[in-house]
Amino acid sequence: MAGLPSAVSRYLPRLPFPFSAPTVPRGVELPPRKPRSGADYDTAWARRYPARLARAALVETVGRPAVAALARPEVHGLDRLDPLVEAGDPVIFAANHHSHVDTPVMLTAVPEPWRHRLFVGAAADYFFRTALTSAVSALAIGAIPIERSRVSRRSADRAAALIDDGWSMLIFPEGGRSPDGWGQPFRGGAAYLALRCRVPVVPVHIDGTGKILRKGRKLPSPATARVTFGHPLVPADGTDSRRFGAVVEQAVAALADEAVTDWWQARRRAHAGDSPALTGPTAPAWRRAWALGDPDRRRTRQRRRWPEV
Amino acid sequence: MPRPGFVLEVDRSTPPILFHHGESLRLEKLPAGRTRVLYPGEPLEALDDPEGAIRHALDHPLGDSEPLHALLQPGMKLTICFDDISLPLPPMRRPDIRQRVIEAVLDQAAAAGVDDVHIVAALALHRRMTEAELRHAVGDRVYDAFAPHGLLYNHDAEDPDNLAFLGTTPHGEEVEINKRAAESDLVVYVNINLVSMDGGHKSTATGLASYRSLRHHHNVSTMRRSTSFMDRHSSELHSSNWRMGKVLRDAGVKIFQIETTLNNDTFGTSGPMAVLQKREWEWSARDRASFIAMKGGLDRLPARARRKIFHAWQAPYGLTSVQAGEVEAVHEATTANVFRQQLVEVEGQTDILTMGLPYICPYNVNSVMNPILVMCLGLGYFFNMYRRRPLVREGGVVIMSHPTPWEFHPVHHPSYIDFFEQALADTTAPPEIEARYEKQFAEDEWYRHLYRTSYAYHGVHPFYMWYWGCHGLAHAGKVIVVGGEPRSVRRLGFTAASTLQDALAMAEDVVGRHATITHLHNPPLVMADVT
Repeated sequence: MAGLPSAVSRYLPRLPFPFSAPTVPRGVELPPRKPRSGADYDTAWARRYPARLARAALVETVGRPAVAALARPEVHGLDRLDPLVEAGDPVIFAANHHSHVDTPVMLTAVPEPWRHRLFVGAAADYFFRTALTSAVSALAIGAIPIERSRVSRRSADRAAALIDDGWSMLIFPEGGRSPDGWGQPFRGGAAYLALRCRVPVVPVHIDGTGKILRKGRKLPSPATARVTFGHPLVPADGTDSRRFGAVVEQAVAALADEAVTDWWQARRRAHAGDSPALTGPTAPAWRRAWALGDPDRRRTRQRRRWPEV
Repeated sequence: MPRPGFVLEVDRSTPPILFHHGESLRLEKLPAGRTRVLYPGEPLEALDDPEGAIRHALDHPLGDSEPLHALLQPGMKLTICFDDISLPLPPMRRPDIRQRVIEAVLDQAAAAGVDDVHIVAALALHRRMTEAELRHAVGDRVYDAFAPHGLLYNHDAEDPDNLAFLGTTPHGEEVEINKRAAESDLVVYVNINLVSMDGGHKSTATGLASYRSLRHHHNVSTMRRSTSFMDRHSSELHSSNWRMGKVLRDAGVKIFQIETTLNNDTFGTSGPMAVLQKREWEWSARDRASFIAMKGGLDRLPARARRKIFHAWQAPYGLTSVQAGEVEAVHEATTANVFRQQLVEVEGQTDILTMGLPYICPYNVNSVMNPILVMCLGLGYFFNMYRRRPLVREGGVVIMSHPTPWEFHPVHHPSYIDFFEQALADTTAPPEIEARYEKQFAEDEWYRHLYRTSYAYHGVHPFYMWYWGCHGLAHAGKVIVVGGEPRSVRRLGFTAASTLQDALAMAEDVVGRHATITHLHNPPLVMADVT
């Protein structure tokens, strides 16, 4: 009867234990309850076989058709992962982040053998805000909570333990969706985990999802997305997570360049260190928006003539 | 950090308490204000690297012993003995700790070039282990390497050609053990100390002995002076075994003892049985649902199906310590580790001791818990789970919860059937039973034949079970069995009660109204240190 309103349960006869919750003897201290949400939420259950099976079914029967309908993703560069396919060892997929659609797009684009042994680093303050969102995030996308407001050893330990256990990770190193269509500076989490667990980072560039459901929008509109996988990056001996993080960011920027120009130009600019930065020009907001050069037509159409009062 | 065991004072807010009831379960409301419940500690952290711990123990022995590798030489005779099916309870999940230890010992023996190795299940007068049971204990690798060549076998306490008489103690106790072990250059004994009673010199002096030797400490007089078996320093049973251990040592039997301790993880922390090792007020909705489903299902199943379900359970025990070397030094360290898990301090004795007896005891693994074993488990084992003083005062009442069916396993327990029908029908007094019937059963050729060639416990074994409980029998003013089959309970000399409330009312006749009650919340195992 715990779920019933007290006004109702007051008039119902109390069922005996064990049909109702037990009473607690006086003087006995109850152990702290396992957190049901937030950064300490335990997602171990989501990596057991029943949950994995349910997630695979969700991704294949709901996620894939929905992604196909909304994003019609074009996937490029899978051949760059061929050297890793046979061993199937864990890797970290590090992608730029425009939209909530990025995760389902990636879950359907990541190839085997990693697709069904993949977890997603998700913001603890957003995806694990309540018990329901925590359970749904853990089940549907295999998320684990990552604290983005502060450096957390627990988040890192949890992710490292899973990677050591053979799981691959999908992480958006920008720490959140783009607020204005341009990228944000990469944080060091992916590079740190790669160094700590000695696994390669696969840079991934996602383009077009911002047009489908960018930050601030509630309803998606169909558009074409493009996912480009880069060559796996193995940390060089003696490097640190800051330097390696910069390498990962440059690799994603080069992939972004490749998406709008061509491979040869992108390679030349990458070698020259001239790949356009993901973060866009350092300029006032209107000029950054102007530089994107691709107005959101739907939003323009739906804009209200008069403000709501 | 696991929480230690503790004593709960029952009040009006205390939910009904779990009682094991053979192959079923009960929830009993205990009287508030005069009852306390003794809860076991949570499972201690298991060692991360059991193999590493075993290797470390073999290389860093305790007491006056060299490391195992220094004791192994080419051309020597090596005998590895191990505890039989009676340990641990319930059987542990693979790999059994005996397998891990025996493989580590054999690795070192192979490295040292030892060719002559025998592996013996030290089962004394217990039934022989089947191939499946041996495989479970020692693992397939060891079994397949040794058993087909006749080098892995059960000890036979009735084979005159394979027993060696080594002498007598100053008390006149004859010491006769397995000949192969007696004539070996080194005996390695692999032990599981589930309770503090196990191990020490008892491993070899009892596990590898014959009836001729065992009768000196498995008798009414010794058992009554063992207060309790779980406290070696107050146990005449252990004193006798320690004397025999000295005879073994003086006769030149070199023993390298390896003892292991397990944590309290009997039913696991997840899964359908996990609720059985949680404290009742901490049962979640899932725990309660699994309990309701389990109890509802069990109560509707026939006894055979229930038994099959319970006996299929294998405990996820974790290794908490392993020590090796000289017998006595090893055993001191081992008992300290057992107490670390099981011992709970209790203030003062009680008028009424209640206990829910589970489906298993050391002598009915994959078998039937017959009425004699019910008595042995309650008054022999659970009653003796104390140090210093018994939990119940002298003249107090012991209330056990068990269905106590009039049922015996005809292959495993043939002599039990005759003991129940013949000896117990005559008297339940242990000294009289010992004087009138023991010799006849112990020397019966048919029982001897079944023990040696079938899977039967020795003819004298039901007597030992009865003696095992004789200290409790003499100490308690009355024994009541809740939910027990009246016919078999009466045959045991006890009183049957339908409910716990009836049993408590009956107990008032002996200990008066408002008597204090203590419930032993067992298993997982808990031992009382009574001040």
